Amino acid sequence: MSDNGTYRPLTYFQLMEVSLRELLVEKGVLTDAQVDEAVEDMRRRTPERGAKVVARAWVDPDFKQRLLADGPGACESLGIDVPKLRLVVVENTPQVHNAVVCTLCSCYPRMLLGIPPDWYKSRNYRSRMVREPRAVLAEFGLSIPETTQIRVHDSTADMRYMVLPMRPAGTEGWSEERLAAIVNRDSMIGVDVPKV
Amino acid sequence: MTQPQFVTEYRSSVLPRFDVGDRVKVRAAAPLGHIRTPFYIRGHTGTIERLCGSFPNPEELAQMRDGLPAQPLYRVRFRQKDVWPDYRGSEADLLEIEIFQHWLEKA
Amino acid sequence: MIERGHHDMGGLPAGRVERTEHDYAQWERRVDAMAVLLGSEKILTVDERRKNIEALPPGDYDAMSYYERWVIALGQALIQRGIITTDELGRKMEELERRREP
Repeated sequence: MSDNGTYRPLTYFQLMEVSLRELLVEKGVLTDAQVDEAVEDMRRRTPERGAKVVARAWVDPDFKQRLLADGPGACESLGIDVPKLRLVVVENTPQVHNAVVCTLCSCYPRMLLGIPPDWYKSRNYRSRMVREPRAVLAEFGLSIPETTQIRVHDSTADMRYMVLPMRPAGTEGWSEERLAAIVNRDSMIGVDVPKV
Repeated sequence: MTQPQFVTEYRSSVLPRFDVGDRVKVRAAAPLGHIRTPFYIRGHTGTIERLCGSFPNPEELAQMRDGLPAQPLYRVRFRQKDVWPDYRGSEADLLEIEIFQHWLEKA
Repeated sequence: MIERGHHDMGGLPAGRVERTEHDYAQWERRVDAMAVLLGSEKILTVDERRKNIEALPPGDYDAMSYYERWVIALGQALIQRGIITTDELGRKMEELERRREP
């Protein structure tokens, strides 16, 4: 369970992590194997999972309707396990651009996209995204026209959100794999859009 | 009667009071404890966008209680220009937030 | 002001979003894993963890990293639940410091 053989002073927090873990294992609450397995499980969950869902929605209109009505069921139908995820998928259209934030902490569809990036959890994003989304998106290099409505979703309770970006022009006839490769994590949060 | 987005395993004795499209006001209370209704939205009026389903009350779960009976949770839609007096952006821009029924009143 | 939690920051003025990312260290991943496991084993709820993060003094909340906040909150919640005691934790931390002495 140690990171490597070298002695290095632990920070207070690292000492706390080891202490809590050892106590929990000694008391039979958890095992080291369970912790290792859970770490590996989380490593597996990367934004490629969400990208696969988006690509399927782009090529299959029935799947897209199912995704919008029953996010978890649609993901499971692609073999993507999303235990207990109350997934709500919000669709970008030429009239509407969606973006997601959790002002109170860092709620995020982790089971689908993995661990959120530092900036998503930062004070500046959490404070400003609900109040001045256009300015924040501009800082991300995304300029949304005044004629497009922006909808910001504040993930305050049990729902978790994924943005279904618009399929860009110039991708006609592409395979799902090729389409998934242009869907990045930030486009599923709503601070970016897929580009050809 | 509004259908929930998620039918949860919690049998709830608390009936949903609001339908999609209802105008609702967020209570302007400032109690203690763990609260999931953000400060910035309290006192504001919006529209029910959907019933998410019924979930245990996080205020109670945080205090090591079971949070039951499950409470109806809604997504409520607000116009940005109604929430921020100095909002810079399109008049059409929206904010959508999950709010538990006990924080909402008919507007 | 006490009516508004330090974590309840939606709408407050703030600076430019720094698009920092970092590859999570193994200890951070283990904190995440323990939190998830304790939740799925129904030992602690995510709400208890959040409550304890929200109770951090504002200066600490701002200065601590994400998983530093989580690990403290986990420890507090485990003590609140009586799964570990303050004394057990103190003695374990002392034992570990002795063990790590070169």
